[in-house]
Amino acid sequence: MPKLLFGVLAILVLAVISLFIGVSDVTPMSLISSSPEDRPMQVLLISRVPRTLALMLSGSALAVAGLLMQMLARNRFVEPGTAGTVESAVFGILVITIFWPGSPLIAKMLAATVTALMGTALFMQILRRIPLRSTLMVPLVGIMLGGVISSITAFFAYRYDLLQTLGTWTMGDFSGVLRGRYELLYISAGLVGIAWIAADRFTVAGLGQDFTTNLGLNYRRVLTLGLTIVSMVTAVVVVSVGSIPFLGLIVPNLVSMAVGDNARRAIPWIVLMGAGFVLTCDIIGRVIRFPYEIPIGTVFGVIGSALFLYLLLRRRPANG
Amino acid sequence: MIRTQSVSRSYGDNLVVDNVTLDIPARGVTSIIGPNGAGKSTLLSMVSRLLDMSAGSVTIDGMDVTKTPSDVLARRLSILRQDNHISARITVRDLIGFGRYPHSKGRLTVEDRSHIDKAIDYLDLGALSDRFLDELSGGQRQRAFVAMVLAQDTDYVLLDEPLNNLDMKHAMGMMKLMRQAASELGKTVVLVLHDINFASWYSDYIVAMKDGKVAAQGPGPEMIRPEVLSEIYEMDIKVHEIGGQLISVYYG
Repeated sequence: MPKLLFGVLAILVLAVISLFIGVSDVTPMSLISSSPEDRPMQVLLISRVPRTLALMLSGSALAVAGLLMQMLARNRFVEPGTAGTVESAVFGILVITIFWPGSPLIAKMLAATVTALMGTALFMQILRRIPLRSTLMVPLVGIMLGGVISSITAFFAYRYDLLQTLGTWTMGDFSGVLRGRYELLYISAGLVGIAWIAADRFTVAGLGQDFTTNLGLNYRRVLTLGLTIVSMVTAVVVVSVGSIPFLGLIVPNLVSMAVGDNARRAIPWIVLMGAGFVLTCDIIGRVIRFPYEIPIGTVFGVIGSALFLYLLLRRRPANG
Repeated sequence: MIRTQSVSRSYGDNLVVDNVTLDIPARGVTSIIGPNGAGKSTLLSMVSRLLDMSAGSVTIDGMDVTKTPSDVLARRLSILRQDNHISARITVRDLIGFGRYPHSKGRLTVEDRSHIDKAIDYLDLGALSDRFLDELSGGQRQRAFVAMVLAQDTDYVLLDEPLNNLDMKHAMGMMKLMRQAASELGKTVVLVLHDINFASWYSDYIVAMKDGKVAAQGPGPEMIRPEVLSEIYEMDIKVHEIGGQLISVYYG
């Protein structure tokens, strides 16, 4: 527990740093010396605080979604980005944008949830059907499925001249986050809460269908609950800020090395680490070519793929 | 008592369990033996509602396993299948703790903890209790799984080849434990075993399966006879009495 408190403290420090980085002159000094109606306080409230909150909310939720996917697919290398979930969510947003151009964010989110759920369920069905138990085949199947779905999306986006818009959903970017445009992300916090309450069920489901049934749980119901949480989290994040590749893969794997996969114990750490990772990458993206910005998706892509390679290479074979 | 009534299971045209009607007596150790592909594991999976039946019904103390709520059954019957692949990194103690899930739904009480500690003791896992499953050998992992099932503390305990991966010492320890659970705690233990000498030495009742059917059943001494065993396994098996126990010899 004290370790967890230390983690919370570290995240708070990162959050404060994140608040005071930017082109506009916002420092603790300028805040005190000017009145609340002046520019520093307004920038802080309208842009900086929403951005920092959005980073923490989406980072922790995506990381938890990654853990749930890994439990339910019983594979270390699965996350919404390698299971067709993200691509399906983007497809859903495209469909509703074509048929209802001015749709509110919440409608887009619901559409994305429905397609994400369908896409992820399809992925799980494929896993059931083909008897591949090689660890790396599973994410490869998911990436292929995602490729198929995103090529369909790209085709229609091209036809309807929406390719530019498509980019904003697929590549995570927090520079456009303002007050009034990120609040949907609070839903993801609620979803993480549900995941935490049902943590034991997910750990049991991670032991496999036979263990789950033996312990008196309905496996399909746990699966449905988990996939729904994963799909909604993905939809909310993709609609609000765009997806962040690798996040749901790396954070649960790093936490797993340290504290294991018992979700009850792992989820608090995954929440903290997910938020911390995203905050750090965002800070890097904002200072590296100051005053310009590199999208977080790019920064995380570089750092994430390096870490992913490390995870792949360090895995020792299970001793038998 | 476990009662199966005309239970069948087929995969396509392949009838794996063929119209099995069987009573497994309560309180005691029952071993199911038979050659590979006889349908032993399939039968055990259907009895424990892990697998749907193609036909027939199974009752446990009069409760139909397909109609009784799963969480009610989980407090009466536990099952461990063979070949359990777990990729999640769970500690031995946490895994065993999940055996208490049917009783506590995740909030461990003092009673739960005493069951967990006992299970750890019984299976000699004290030194390993804080290790992760992926850091254990196959035999150690098998013991952890059995400990979880014991912590579940059900009247009926079904184990599919529990001696898998175990060395002689731990195999014997496991069988003694099952014997003790039956004799002292009044549990009904059903085992699928390949080693007919373990079956002979420790069981009250033996069921032999072949080609999806029950080929023979009865108390140990009736079953461990050369003509019965040779017929089931289609090989020459001799039986000797050593130290008051019937031992089969089938080497060479």
